[in-house]
Amino acid sequence: MTSPDSPGTRLDPWFDSYAARAHAMRASEIRALFSVANRPEVVSLAGGMPYIGGLPLEELAEMQRRLVMEQGEVALQYGSGQGDEGLREHITQVMALEGISAHPDDVVVTTGSQQALDLVTKIFIDPGDVIVAEAPSYVGALGVFRAHEADVVHVAMDENGLVPAALETTLARLASEGRRVKFLYTVPNFHNPGGVTLALERRPQVLEICRRYGVLVLEDNPYGLLGFDSEPLPALRSMSEEGVIYLGSFSKTFAPGYRVGWAVAPHAVREKLVLASESAILCPSNASQLAIRTYLEHADWQGQIKKFREQYRERRDAMISALEEHIPEASWNVPEGGFYVWLTLPEGLDAKSMLPRAVTARVAYVPGTAFYYDGSGAGHMRLSYCYPTPERIREGVRRLAGVIEAELETVRIFGSGAQGPGDSVDFPSPDLA
Amino acid sequence: MDVLILAGGLSHERDVSVRSGRRVAEELRDRGLKVEVRDVDTGLLPALREHADAVVWPLLHGASGEDGSLQALLELTGARYVGTRSKEARVAWVKPVAKAVYGGEDAATPDFVTLPQSLFREVGADQVLDAIVQRFGLPLVVKPARGGSALGVSLVRERDQLARAMVHCFAYGDNAMIETAVDGTEIAVSVIGTGDGARALAPVEIVCDGPYDYDARYNPGRVEYFTPARLDESATATVTDAALAVHRRLGLRDLSRVDMILDGQGRAQVLDINIAPGLTETSLLPQAAAGSGEDLGALYESIVRGVTAH
Repeated sequence: MTSPDSPGTRLDPWFDSYAARAHAMRASEIRALFSVANRPEVVSLAGGMPYIGGLPLEELAEMQRRLVMEQGEVALQYGSGQGDEGLREHITQVMALEGISAHPDDVVVTTGSQQALDLVTKIFIDPGDVIVAEAPSYVGALGVFRAHEADVVHVAMDENGLVPAALETTLARLASEGRRVKFLYTVPNFHNPGGVTLALERRPQVLEICRRYGVLVLEDNPYGLLGFDSEPLPALRSMSEEGVIYLGSFSKTFAPGYRVGWAVAPHAVREKLVLASESAILCPSNASQLAIRTYLEHADWQGQIKKFREQYRERRDAMISALEEHIPEASWNVPEGGFYVWLTLPEGLDAKSMLPRAVTARVAYVPGTAFYYDGSGAGHMRLSYCYPTPERIREGVRRLAGVIEAELETVRIFGSGAQGPGDSVDFPSPDLA
Repeated sequence: MDVLILAGGLSHERDVSVRSGRRVAEELRDRGLKVEVRDVDTGLLPALREHADAVVWPLLHGASGEDGSLQALLELTGARYVGTRSKEARVAWVKPVAKAVYGGEDAATPDFVTLPQSLFREVGADQVLDAIVQRFGLPLVVKPARGGSALGVSLVRERDQLARAMVHCFAYGDNAMIETAVDGTEIAVSVIGTGDGARALAPVEIVCDGPYDYDARYNPGRVEYFTPARLDESATATVTDAALAVHRRLGLRDLSRVDMILDGQGRAQVLDINIAPGLTETSLLPQAAAGSGEDLGALYESIVRGVTAH
C-alpha cells in the first residue's frame, strides 16, 4: 500500500539538535485557553497583573520626558552590570521598611526578580540537585527550576505559612537519603499562590532549621509592602545576612513594565550573581532603572503603595464576599495582603479539567496544577483580585459559581474527573505570573 | 482594502485562529493584496460597512466561526466571503449530523454514538458506558460533538478511563461523541474549490509518537508528516475520492480539510471535517499545498479571487 518516495518532515530542521530538556516542553491546551482570557468579555481572575490604572500616569509621562531630555545620554546607554548605583541606594531604603540593613554594594539589579531567580538557580543548581519549596509554590520559580533540571520537593504550608516541623522532617529525610538540598525557595509574605504569610515566630525557626542542615534560603518578596492592615514583618534577610539571598521587585509595588527587580546576597554569592548576570544580559536596562530612580526621588512612592493597598483591599473584600455568597461549598483563605486567594474546590472537582467550561462561561483562573512541580493540586485554583474592578470580580465569581455547579453535576454523573499527579505540567507564561 | 481576514474570536481555538490569520495575511500581502486582520467584536459591522468591497475571509475556528453563525452574519450584511455558507456550515459543524450526510461506501466512518450529558444522568452513567463498551469494544475515542484542534478528545484504552474522558469532554460541550478507535494510517486531505470544480491537494500522512493531540499538532517535532502520503496509486485515489465525496455531499465551498484513517482493509474511515482548516505554520493544508507543488500565496490569492464567482 505504501510507496517509499516521500521524505518525512517534522517541520523543524533542528529537531535533533535540541537539548534533551527542550523535548520535555509541551504545548498545553491550558495555554490555548488563556489566549481567550485576554479578551475583554472574559473576567480574568488568572493573571497577577497589578492595577496600573491606579498609577499617576500623567505625572509618570512628564517624568519620562524629563528623564530623556535631561539624562538621555545615560538612560539610553549601556550601564553597570551590577545596576545603577543611585537606584541601588534607593533600593536599600525600600528594603529598610522590612528591617533589612544593606549597603548599595550588596544589591544586584536584575531584569525583574524573575531574572534574579534564574541567576541564583544557574549558579547553584546542577541537574538533579534538590530545591525545597512551599506546597504550592510560585509557577514562575518552578519553571526556572525545571529549566535547570532541579528536583523540587514541596513542604506543607498552613494558615501561618511554611510549617517548620514539616521543613525539618523533609530536610532530615532528604539528608538520610543522601540527597543534596541546595536551597529553600520561599515567598514569606502574601504567598503566591497561597495568599498566606509566614508568621513572625516561625521566621527564626525556619532560618535555624536551614542553618542546621546547611541549606541556603532564597527569600522571594514581591508583595511584602502590600499588607492591608499591618506593618510589614521583618524579612528573613533582616535576621540572617549570611544564610539568605533576598529577591525584591518593583513589579507589584510600582509597575512590571519596567522589568526591574534585585537580589541581595552574601558577598561571595553576589560576586557570582554579577558575573552570571553580565554574561546573560551585560547589564540591566538603564532606561528602566533611571525611570524608577526618578520615580523614587520625585514621586510619593510610599503614598502610592498606600493607595494600592487600599485598592487591593477593596478588591479582596469584593472577592471574599462574592465567594461567600456564590460558592459556599468551596473553601479559601482570606489574604491579608498581596494579590491572591487560594481556593479549594469541592471534593472530586478538577480545576484544570474544568477550565474549558470556565472559559466558555467567560471567566478564567489558574488551575492549582500550575503550582506543583509534579502537576498535582488539581483540586485547587488561584484567583487573583488585583486587576479587575470590584464589580468585575463579583461578576467573575458569579460566573465561576455556575461553572462549578455544572462541573459538579458532571462529576455526580461520572464520578471524579480529577487527574493524578504527573499527568501534565504547566509551563509558566505571563498569564500565570 | 482587498481582503478582510477575521481571526481570533472567543472559542477555545482562538490562539490557533490568530496564528492562522497572521499567516494568511502575510502570504496575501506578499502577493500584493491589501489585507487587514481583525477580531470579531463590536467593531466588526462598522468595518464591514467601511470595506464593503473587500473579500472577507473568516478564519475563526471552533464555535461561531465554523458553526455557521458568523457566515449567517456575513450573509446578512451582503459581504462576499471565503468558505462554506451558513446553511451547509451548520450541518458540517455537528459531527454526528455531518456523518449522516456524507457517510457511504466511499467515505466510511467509525461506529459511533452521540449522547448528551443529561441522558447519562437520567439512565445511569455506568450502565450507558457499559453498553457502549459492550457494543463497540475498546479502545474508544471520546470527543465533543462539536469543536476541533483535538480539544476535549481522549483515547480510552481501558474501561476505567472512560468516566474521566467523559468529564474532560463535557467541559467543552453538552454532547459527547464516542466512536471506535480505528487502527491504520492517519491521513488528512485538503480540498480546494466547490462542487464539480473541487480538487484534492496531496494527502498528508501523519505519524505521531502518541495521540495526535493539541501538543502534537502545535508543537513541532513530535509528529512526522509525509506529503504526499506514502500510499500507492489506488490508496491515494481512495483517500482523495473520500475527501472529495465528503466535500461535495456536505456542499462545502472554497476549502476544507477531511481527516481520516486508512484502515487495514484499505477503507477510508472519515473522522472529522474542517470548513475553516488551520492555516498556521504547522497546519496540514499549507503542507498539502507545498506537497502538491503549489505556491501557497498563489493558492490563497486564487481562493480570494474565486469568491467573485460565487
